Amino acid sequence: MADFIQLLVAGLATGGIYALVAIGFTLLWQTSQTINFAQGEFVMLPAFFMLTAMSVFAVPFWGAVAIGIVVSAIVLGVLFKRLLVDPMLRHGVLPLAIATMALALFLKEAVKDFYSAEAQPFPPLAAATNVSIFGAAVALQSLIVVAIAVSAVVALQLFLNRTQTGRRMQATAQNPTVARILGIPVERMIMLAFVTNAVLAALASALVTPIYLAKFSNGEYLGIAAFIAAIVGGFNQVRGAIVGGLLLGVIDNFAAAYLSAQYRAALPLVLLIVVILFRPQGLLGRVEERTV
Amino acid sequence: MSRSRLLFGTLAGLIIVAGLIAAPFGLKPYGIYILTLWAVTTIAAIGLNLTLGYAGQVSLAQGAFVGIGAYAAALLTTKGWPLGAAYLVAGVSCFGIGWLLGYPALRVQHHYLAFVTLAFATLAYLVFRNEEWITGGIYGLSNIPRPNLFGYLLRTPRDFYYFCLANLALVSLAAWWLIRSPWGRAFVALRENPVRALSLGVDTRRYTLMAFALGAGLGGISGVLYAPLVQYIDPTPFSLLLSLNLLLMVIVGGSGYFFGPFLGAMIAVLLPEWLQAASKYYLFYYAAFVMVLLIVSPSGIIGFFERRLAAARKAAAPPVPPMAEAKVAP
Repeated sequence: MADFIQLLVAGLATGGIYALVAIGFTLLWQTSQTINFAQGEFVMLPAFFMLTAMSVFAVPFWGAVAIGIVVSAIVLGVLFKRLLVDPMLRHGVLPLAIATMALALFLKEAVKDFYSAEAQPFPPLAAATNVSIFGAAVALQSLIVVAIAVSAVVALQLFLNRTQTGRRMQATAQNPTVARILGIPVERMIMLAFVTNAVLAALASALVTPIYLAKFSNGEYLGIAAFIAAIVGGFNQVRGAIVGGLLLGVIDNFAAAYLSAQYRAALPLVLLIVVILFRPQGLLGRVEERTV
Repeated sequence: MSRSRLLFGTLAGLIIVAGLIAAPFGLKPYGIYILTLWAVTTIAAIGLNLTLGYAGQVSLAQGAFVGIGAYAAALLTTKGWPLGAAYLVAGVSCFGIGWLLGYPALRVQHHYLAFVTLAFATLAYLVFRNEEWITGGIYGLSNIPRPNLFGYLLRTPRDFYYFCLANLALVSLAAWWLIRSPWGRAFVALRENPVRALSLGVDTRRYTLMAFALGAGLGGISGVLYAPLVQYIDPTPFSLLLSLNLLLMVIVGGSGYFFGPFLGAMIAVLLPEWLQAASKYYLFYYAAFVMVLLIVSPSGIIGFFERRLAAARKAAAPPVPPMAEAKVAP
């Protein structure tokens, strides 16, 4: 039982991080039909912004996190949309997706060539102490990660459902043409989705990097995990991405403990294939209409 | 116009072929190795071009098929079987697995398909790495012998280069024939508008599966040549990165153009070696180049020049009525 709780909390912590990344992924898809294959690199990069802020400008940790989030919002939100997505979008969904694959390679190589190819230590969010829950020793770090991820998701949901801007964003996602007729500044809403994605990715970066260390190749698995979470949950639903992310994190941890450490990465992939084949709209998703 | 173009094309083709045949005499063994690698990579890229460029089905699994082919060749030839057996095993198994991988494409399209094939490629990599009893795991398989051609051992780099070049020539001819056959036209119909193709009586189901199977089969053949080329294989070269690189090669060269894979593989395999000075940052510049290229011309380098040429011709002879664009001109 103690093992079970430990694994569950650790799984929810990883799952919370996956969910943050997956939510951004679905936001981009909903508002602008962008499949971002560089999503994992969007999580890898902000950690290096934060490290630079700390080492070069000697900013304290939480200040560096704030700077990292702002820089990410500009680079991975605004610049990404203006420089790559806007010019590519007229060519269609697939060329844009391939361009983001090239972007993933570009970001990875940039960090490797101009920062370091070695893993960089990253300050932990909390001291390495354990908290006892029902007799199980759970890392404080995991609890903090879960808490931050949950608050971020709740804040996002409140923003999307309770504020006018959030509702406008949803309207843009559901039907851009009608949204435009209703006087919603569609372009600005799409840009806002890109910035939101970048902010969520930067937040995920601050949460995940203390566990994995900062390395140029970190995005490879995180990106795949985010895709899987988004697709398993339902590509066209923010709710789906949350469920998908948490589910994936828990499955990942249990598979590593009880099944096979070598094939822990395989189970999510099998899950992905099964869901795509038998329920392509995802566990919580709606069926999208197909246009001929 | 078309006759002079044909003459020009034939002439250019002859010069390139002559150059490829003469090349090893002016190169050191390493240069020949790189050129052989180009020929081997091009075969895999031609296969992917059939799947992606002509039939319009995204696949991020081509690298996995190269891996399957390479492991088949390594396992069989180190146990004393001839390379011919490896062709058969790799070709048939990749064709079969490719056929199965095509089934998801009947249900889902575009990015979903990209994810399914991506998942497959990652699974294949995990199998290569973890199933030590058959693949040797991270220690790999070594002492892969060079093949024997009618009793003549292709030991020197030059001999093996000619062997791979001959393979490339055969694959190219087969692909050329296929694209011009009703099958190739069915592939294009599938890419341009699957619903219309179906309503015109094209068996889209069969051709979708076939596009995957043929592309995968060529990936396998490429792997069969790769194993004796490097003579030692481990899982690293067959990770998702290879699939991604092959996809970018096809796109950069020009997907849906016959010579696209040749050019794409040249840029990805040969160019870094020529640009020795910049090679440390090569991938960085390459990725930036691919992004700019895609913005300017999503149909790759050949597509870019073809449009330029068409525009120049139009300017020279304005009164011609506009014609429907066809990528597979007879």
